[in-house]
Amino acid sequence: MLQILLLAVQIRRDSQGRLIRVWTVGAVSPFERVGNSGVTGIRGAWNHYFALQNTSRENERLLHENNTLKLQINQLQSKAAEADRLAALLNFRKSQQSVPMLGARVIGASADTASQTAYLDRGERDGIRRNMAVITPDGVVGKIIESYRDTSQVLLLTDKDSGVGSMLADSRIQSPVGGTGEPLLAMKYVANDDAVNLGDRVVTSGMDRIFPRDLPVGTVAQIKPGNPFKQIRIRPAAKLESLEEVIVLLSLQPLDLKKEPETPSAGLAEKTAPGLPRPEKP
Amino acid sequence: MNDTYDLRVAETHIEVHQFRGGAIVATTLLALLVQTSLPVYFPKFSIIDLPLLITIYFGLSRRNPSTGLLLGMAIGLLQDSLSGPTVPLGLYGIAKTIIGYLASSIGARLDTEHPAARFALTMVFFGLHQGLIVVTRRLLLAQPETWFTMPLGIAAAVNAVVGVLLFMLLDRLRKK
Repeated sequence: MLQILLLAVQIRRDSQGRLIRVWTVGAVSPFERVGNSGVTGIRGAWNHYFALQNTSRENERLLHENNTLKLQINQLQSKAAEADRLAALLNFRKSQQSVPMLGARVIGASADTASQTAYLDRGERDGIRRNMAVITPDGVVGKIIESYRDTSQVLLLTDKDSGVGSMLADSRIQSPVGGTGEPLLAMKYVANDDAVNLGDRVVTSGMDRIFPRDLPVGTVAQIKPGNPFKQIRIRPAAKLESLEEVIVLLSLQPLDLKKEPETPSAGLAEKTAPGLPRPEKP
Repeated sequence: MNDTYDLRVAETHIEVHQFRGGAIVATTLLALLVQTSLPVYFPKFSIIDLPLLITIYFGLSRRNPSTGLLLGMAIGLLQDSLSGPTVPLGLYGIAKTIIGYLASSIGARLDTEHPAARFALTMVFFGLHQGLIVVTRRLLLAQPETWFTMPLGIAAAVNAVVGVLLFMLLDRLRKK
């Protein structure tokens, strides 16, 4: 036995060293493997099942942090949106420096559930008078129907009593556009023979002597044949259901807004504020 | 001092409810404020006619036709004032005066505390209120106005649901 051991000490394998090492390692390594997997299993079980007393607290902390971050993201998004809107207003103001205008915030709505009006935080003291045009960089909003000392009231385009002299931007067919009390406006006097397509842009004609020419009113959203005129519905260009800031054109005289390079299917907002979403197409 | 008392011998189960001091005025003003503010942020809220719900509630609870009539008139005129030139003064005033009178008259004869009764009455009063406005617009103002549309039916149901919940909240303002 001793001789065999001595032989084993002396015999050298090419790649694995002396035979006695091969035997020793071969004998011990299975136990090591078993031991290692056992320790790994025990450590895993300890870490994942028994040592969890801090995990719950950690989870709560992360949830709280997550909620706080979500809130911060919402606040930042809201601020970014407001900054975009104000930048658009500022761009528009800069591009029309010769036109007297005033920015105002929407602070209230009508107490009448059927009326589409809004209160602004600027009034007579700021130079606002009845029949002044109210717009946003997206398009026409409405006109001032009452001006008080520090507030004024706007009749929105969607109100049943509202109307604006308009025309189709491409064909230049003129027709007033009025409110219906619903989100879509009505273009009233377009003959059945006139060609109108869905998505056609509608702009102000300036004929009402309130709104300057070529302001975006909306896009054609529905066309039905009628007698004697087509029944055309217009989706307003301005976001009338979520107005926050508007521009009041401080003049009762017909104004000419600076004509900017015409681009197909581009509204005022796109010309002045590239970051703003384009008017929705049906 | 009795906070509640029997209205009449034959109707001993009908109680006239008293409210905490200033509750009616504060609730009315708050309703008008909410009515003019909330639609700016939540446009769909404009479907709810809070001043009408307040008129109905206090009419049904006070059960005094004179009080209901005066309260309806005051709320209606305030609503007219806040609605701007598109709504002539008196349009809501007339409608709510009649609703206030009818609500308090019905409240004096029926038990209107059950949510189902409140739901039904609010729906009926909403429809009647709308009818009165249409009649006034057509006869006095010569304005074409449709009698009934599907959105109005939906608005009546929504107002009735909101009314039931609001009335439960307003019950807390009653004196025990």
